[in-house]
Amino acid sequence: MIPLSAYVALSAILFITGLLGVLIRRNFIIVLMSVEIMLNAANINLVAFSHYLESMAGQMAALFVIAIAAGEAAVGLAIIIVVFRGKIATNVDQINLLKW
Amino acid sequence: MIYLLFGYFATVSILAGVFTIALKNPVHCGLSLLALLLHVAGLFVMLNAEFLAAVQIIVYAGAILILYLFVLMLLNLKTEEQFLHKKYPFFLFAGVAILGELLILIFQTPYGGIKGKVTPEVLLNVGPSHAIGITMFSDYLLLFEIVGVFLLGAVIGAIVLAKPSPTPESAGDGPTEVIKS
Repeated sequence: MIPLSAYVALSAILFITGLLGVLIRRNFIIVLMSVEIMLNAANINLVAFSHYLESMAGQMAALFVIAIAAGEAAVGLAIIIVVFRGKIATNVDQINLLKW
Repeated sequence: MIYLLFGYFATVSILAGVFTIALKNPVHCGLSLLALLLHVAGLFVMLNAEFLAAVQIIVYAGAILILYLFVLMLLNLKTEEQFLHKKYPFFLFAGVAILGELLILIFQTPYGGIKGKVTPEVLLNVGPSHAIGITMFSDYLLLFEIVGVFLLGAVIGAIVLAKPSPTPESAGDGPTEVIKS
């Protein structure tokens, strides 16, 4: 039986990987992909706890997270297309219209 | 055997995650994200969540990733020389430090809690998709409806955003107001 902490540690490593991707990459689409990595890390955590605590709640939450991820990807990619078409920016750090 | 499988899935998913944020070409990043998603689905199978593994492959690998690849194809991004942020060593150091502290805390924590009724034997008897369906349409019915409304909103938002902005002479004849980009 694999200990629960192994799954939690794997999820933490994947989450930090995604966080680093959001922080250090300049490309829009890679940043969104990193957000998907973070959502997957959270899903691993939820399903692992659901298995070890013998309850259905974690799996339901993971299912809803997948649905939210689909919506987030659709809207995020639409925003990226608008930004590219308006020639506003080609990289994340060039969008500074809302910066104070 | 089970340790071997867990080691394989964990190692490959971590490697694929690192490749996703480290590779230069966005298409290569998308492909390593695909590898990550498939191996996470394998982990779900090991955790007795077969239905969730199938959903992961169908929705993530089959729909979301294809969406990303389509947008990559449409935008025709050039690979840039400077693909990392200017201050990335600072962020890298901060991330690794946070990861170290998190791992120390995770391995020190005693895990425990109130166990539910769905033991692996029960899950094996009724089947994973049956158990998920019964739970979703009884305890989580309101959340299910809310997610449906949310997805409708996301679809409408994506269509409105991706519609081409109107030319000046045809701006007045539209029945609704269009967001100016």
